[in-house]
Amino acid sequence: MTITKRFWISLIFSLPMLANMILMPFGWMLPGGDWTQLSLTTVIIVISAGPFWQSAWASFTKHHSNMDTLVAIGTLVAYVYSIYAMATHQPVFFESAAFVTTFVLLGQVFEERMRNNASEAVEKLVDLQAKEAEVMRDGKLVKIPLAEVVVGDIIRVKPGEKIAVDGEITEGTSTIDESMVTGESMPVEKKTGDKVIGSTINSNGTFMFKAEKVGDDTMLSQIVELVKKAQNSHAPIQNLTDKVSDIFVPTVLIIAILTFMVWYVFLGASVASSLIFAVAVVVIACPCALGLATPTALMVGTGRSAKMGILIKNGEVLEAVNDVKTVVFDKTGTITVGKPEVTDIVGDEKSVLTYATGLEQSSEHPLASAIVKKAENEKISVPKVSNFQAIEGKGVEALVDGKKAFVGNDKLLADVEIDDKLKQQVIELQEQAKTVVFVGVENKVVGLIAIQDAPKDTSREAIADLKARGLKTVMLTGDNQLVAEAIAEQVGIDQVIADVLPSDKADHVKALQQDGKVAFVGDGINDAPALTVADVGIAMGSGTDIAIESGGIVLVKNDLRDVDKALALSKKTFNRIKLNLFWAFFYNVLGIPIAAGIFYGIGLSLSPELAGLAMAFSSLSVVTSSMLLNKAKITSKARLA
Amino acid sequence: MTKILVLVVGIVLIGFIVWWFFGKHEAAEVSADLANDKQSIDVEVNGGYSPETVVLKKDVPAVLNFTRKDKSSCLDRVVFSDFGINRALPINEKEEIKIDTSKPGEYQWACGMDMFHGKLIIK
Repeated sequence: MTITKRFWISLIFSLPMLANMILMPFGWMLPGGDWTQLSLTTVIIVISAGPFWQSAWASFTKHHSNMDTLVAIGTLVAYVYSIYAMATHQPVFFESAAFVTTFVLLGQVFEERMRNNASEAVEKLVDLQAKEAEVMRDGKLVKIPLAEVVVGDIIRVKPGEKIAVDGEITEGTSTIDESMVTGESMPVEKKTGDKVIGSTINSNGTFMFKAEKVGDDTMLSQIVELVKKAQNSHAPIQNLTDKVSDIFVPTVLIIAILTFMVWYVFLGASVASSLIFAVAVVVIACPCALGLATPTALMVGTGRSAKMGILIKNGEVLEAVNDVKTVVFDKTGTITVGKPEVTDIVGDEKSVLTYATGLEQSSEHPLASAIVKKAENEKISVPKVSNFQAIEGKGVEALVDGKKAFVGNDKLLADVEIDDKLKQQVIELQEQAKTVVFVGVENKVVGLIAIQDAPKDTSREAIADLKARGLKTVMLTGDNQLVAEAIAEQVGIDQVIADVLPSDKADHVKALQQDGKVAFVGDGINDAPALTVADVGIAMGSGTDIAIESGGIVLVKNDLRDVDKALALSKKTFNRIKLNLFWAFFYNVLGIPIAAGIFYGIGLSLSPELAGLAMAFSSLSVVTSSMLLNKAKITSKARLA
Repeated sequence: MTKILVLVVGIVLIGFIVWWFFGKHEAAEVSADLANDKQSIDVEVNGGYSPETVVLKKDVPAVLNFTRKDKSSCLDRVVFSDFGINRALPINEKEEIKIDTSKPGEYQWACGMDMFHGKLIIK
């Protein structure tokens, strides 16, 4: 029988007794008196409260106890005593057993419903997937079920349709609503060569794309997997309740026995009233509220943040965020757009570019690709290059058209000649936040290439938000000090640590951890160690898989402003956990003494019925408070001020 | 006289509760059955989990079959927090839970309210 049915039976059979209780002062009595009450309560005890007994007994034999143990003992003591009282012609309290059962079941009905709501929100995400796709097979477009789509398929998407899987557009343009996956509310323009995400909605254009990730590899599946893990993870704060839950119920039983003994033996109360105090103690104690406090808040908090495009990986991260004092940013791709462009060329433009292109042709460094791109635009042909040699941490050299040429950063300057006029220009360019690459032939610098990676539009605002939160912001970069400082000034960062070798990023984070917990925001492979070392690693969603793997928080939207939102949400959720726990403890710590009759002297006591009602609503209130996280406002402090 | 009796009975009861719930009562470890390169084990959910500690072999696909016989809403879900599994257990139905055995170690599982616990040992 379901809990709901048990509740209704319990309610219906309790109502006559409720009427009896209310109307007694007006002279109305339940026909049949105690006998009617006995039969009504027996039905409730057997049908509605029976399962409590089964569960209580089953766990008792395993040396365990749970909330059902308390409810079962409480109701049964009231019931059995009332039968004894009836036989010896004393006042009965059948209604206590009946009402407690009804209230406890009422609480469970609501609670079950809300718990299911909280946990199923993310599973609904999976339902967002398209059911079928129009795929090119043997030169013809055919509709096939989603499960049959394989990597490499060419898929057509018409206006209004859902994109089946992740891939790259091969033909056509459109705007796409990606809000369900990234949380970004504005539709995004896409053209040939752009990536599309499965389960997002195509709005106006028709296009073809090539499937790159299917099944469990798609972004949506990965997000769902990640969020599921997060929702069910353990927060360290829970260790406390784990310990308490093991001893809670037996302790309450002991307190109840003590209550009875003190009232009956030492204070000379009657058996009936001593028993009522003991029953109230058993009934009011609520281990469930303690047990539900953390998991429900974690579930709602991580679920909500996922909808905003912020993936918090587990409860540990959530808890660590609370004490973060410093936020450290990687520069390239995090604060800046990550697509450097050549802005100035000093020296003979054509020859400088020719040498540089020859040397950088096969490099994958972002600066190198900026140079190669510029050369392509200028229609510079790539010269013949041989005898490649890397100059560790400084640049590369090779024979270009028979001459020994080099390209590198300012660390090269120790080994080569440069004239003062060029030196002056280097400083000027660096102060404009431009990275300078030196190009030289036979040990002499012949030209400079200035490359700029502009900050993202939102970086400044994002950093202002964090500073308003009282956090210190730091930028870590392998770039030159002058360039780094210029960028830092543009976006408003407090401290710059420049000239950092990729392998040293983690050590710098460690050093910053001396002054308190550190969050690190980054996106590249070389950020992975720093993301792991930091107390909170925040990976940009556009970043490499390894960075996303190492981070504790992933920002799907790639918007730096989400760092602040992620911190705000984590803090809100963690505070809600603390509030829930406080309430659950407070409730038990206050409720048990009141039920035991400690404040009886000042007229404050609880009947078992009220105790049962209070207990039912304590766990309900904890779950409700967690659900309210969905409604909590997430605002940045900067905009409030 | 009755009062002394009540006192004695009460103290005995408290002693019993302490011994029964807080005393050392080791639950036995049970290994999963191996067959055809798969391992599986039935876990009965009734006032807790039996067996309470399950031992699995590393790198062999494993299935835990949970059957809930207890009507308590305490036990209506089972949560493996390390594996991101949170599954509803319909009453008297066998619910198969697949476990990734690639990483050896000790993992806890718990009911939805974190009141009952079980342990998974992968070695």
